[in-house]
Amino acid sequence: MSLLDIRGVSKHFGGIRAIEDISFSLKSSTIMSIIGPNGAGKTTLFNCLTGFIKPTKGTIVFAGTDISGFSADRVTRLGIARTFQNIRLFGGMTVIENVMVAQHATIRSNLFSIITRTGTFKETERSVRETAYEYLEFMGLESAAEHTAGSLPYGAQRRLEIARTLATGASLILLDEPTAGMNPLETDGMMQMIKNIREMGKTVIIIEHDMKFVMGISDRIVVLDHGVKIAEGMPKEIKNNPLVIEAYLGKEAH
Amino acid sequence: MTAVPRYFSRTLLRSSIISLWSAVLFLPFKGLQASLMLFGVLFLLILLLTLAGTWVSPRLTMAAAVRERMHRHLPADRRYLLLFLLPALGVPFIAQNYIIDVAVLAGIYIILALGLNVVVGYTGLLNLGFVAYYAIGAYSFALLNTRLGLGFWSAMPVAVVITTLAGFLFAVPALRLKGDYLALVTLGFGEIVRITLNNWDSFTNGPNGIGSISAPTFVGISLVTLSAYYYLVLFFVLVAIVVIGRVQRSRIGRAWIALREDEIAASAMGVPSTMYKLYAVSFGAFWAGIAGCLFAAKMRFISPESFTFMESVLILCMVILGGLGSIGGVIVGAVILVILPEILREVQMYRMLALGAGIVLLMIFRPQGLFGGRVVSSRH
Ligand SMILES: Nc1ncnc2c1ncn2[C@@H]1O[C@H](COP(=O)(O)OP(=O)(O)OP(=O)(O)O)[C@@H](O)[C@H]1O
Ligand SMILES: [Mg+2]
Repeated sequence: MSLLDIRGVSKHFGGIRAIEDISFSLKSSTIMSIIGPNGAGKTTLFNCLTGFIKPTKGTIVFAGTDISGFSADRVTRLGIARTFQNIRLFGGMTVIENVMVAQHATIRSNLFSIITRTGTFKETERSVRETAYEYLEFMGLESAAEHTAGSLPYGAQRRLEIARTLATGASLILLDEPTAGMNPLETDGMMQMIKNIREMGKTVIIIEHDMKFVMGISDRIVVLDHGVKIAEGMPKEIKNNPLVIEAYLGKEAH
Repeated sequence: MTAVPRYFSRTLLRSSIISLWSAVLFLPFKGLQASLMLFGVLFLLILLLTLAGTWVSPRLTMAAAVRERMHRHLPADRRYLLLFLLPALGVPFIAQNYIIDVAVLAGIYIILALGLNVVVGYTGLLNLGFVAYYAIGAYSFALLNTRLGLGFWSAMPVAVVITTLAGFLFAVPALRLKGDYLALVTLGFGEIVRITLNNWDSFTNGPNGIGSISAPTFVGISLVTLSAYYYLVLFFVLVAIVVIGRVQRSRIGRAWIALREDEIAASAMGVPSTMYKLYAVSFGAFWAGIAGCLFAAKMRFISPESFTFMESVLILCMVILGGLGSIGGVIVGAVILVILPEILREVQMYRMLALGAGIVLLMIFRPQGLFGGRVVSSRH
């Protein structure tokens, strides 16, 4: 059974058809890439999947639940977490606190136990901190744990955003251009990290412009152009698909 | 080489603008001569302060490193408690009644400011009508006491529940708004509450206020003496510090601060934003309710005059002065702003002016507040 089923999802902004009738499904523990020229509707699709915008039409079924129309925080609690194209960290909090916030829904301390500092509460807080530290180690950020998130270099901020999505406990991770602005060395590191995330048993969807990266990492690729899905398949199939080449290079190019 | 003169001329320009502006403000009150004197004094003072600041700041960082190390050994709330408790406990033994009186007032304002700090400092929701909750707390208490004859310990919980509920019910529609719009609506709410209290003669006795509120008792003893009342207020201040500090260092406090930092990112992390804003506003109102009860029981008389917009501004200034989001800072801010007017008794009529000028100076020299800086402190 597939983990995610997108059926006929459309989103119109007034007259703009940002995405139109998109359907695909996704198996567990795979990496899917969504590619397409600027303005193709990739981020809009992510926004629909994570509840930040409501699709005009269509249904999204995640792990057997129809989540179309759910609020963003509810979608996250159900198990889909995302990063943002223009990084959104809690800039004034420390790096480790960012990851602790992400565990919000995984813990259950109530007001009474917080005020009286019961043993269970202290135990929970300790494990939240430990778990946060483990995710920081996983993303190679442990040495920056006590730094302010806003003061991190760009590449580290992107990695922190990913650490945060992992800490929510989500099984489906959506990464919006995770290598944007990174140098080749950092990009290689990112590729390895995303593969490790799949090894954890998580499913990943990546929006990415770097073709070498996409071809090297994806189990499956979906291509969008002007809001429409123009191709879907394995990296090999996509590479030679004439429609895709046309979308990227224009009609005259071949 | 050019950097130094440019820095110097910028400092000169800045100090002259600030002092000129203050001098012009004072002109109508004290005449030309006094204004010129003020200009001269302020100008020199700001200049010296700025220059001293450039000399001091590297040394301050060193002091901060020492403080950092201290912080690591003491959990946050205990640190403030010790700092605060030792001198506070002794006040009634060494001070005259007048000073104890000011200290009681300071305690009530500390509770208010700590409550507002939850809303403005942690959650980042600007509230310009916080006095409304203070008023609701005080009036509920006064009415329960004078009409139904409830004593302090039974009237207070009911009044606090009413205040918390009022905070919650008002926040439900208000939180559809954001930023400046929210601030304006809260301002309106503050005024509506005051005007209602002022005009609903049959229920609140209008501008004449409610008198003969009975003094609190404790295990049968009436707490009429000033020192007894002082310890009562101190008790609630301590409870506020401990409880708010603990909530801040929990998943609730983290969610509030995350909402302030980036609401969209917070919901992407699974934080239900509206619910947590409602928590914050209700929690803040809860403390205002307690402060209102303490105020009513202390004064034995309340009227709408005590709950004006300026009062909201004053509480907000306490929060900003000490540094948004820092419990220790807010306490210091409240204490300064209660004591300052007492010291400046003779220049009573310039109080607001001085306050305004002070806040402007603060915004120029230390926009993060006196003690702000590291706002989040769930560190151990
Ligand atoms: N909130 C919005 N209101 C109006 N139009 C929008 C909105 N969000 C996106 N669009 C439009 O929808 C289209 C798709 O935008 P989207 O951001 O999804 O593209 P993208 O594939 O992510 O592009 P990029 O590679 O540049 O990130 C664009 O034409 C954009 O202008
Ligand atoms: Mg995009």
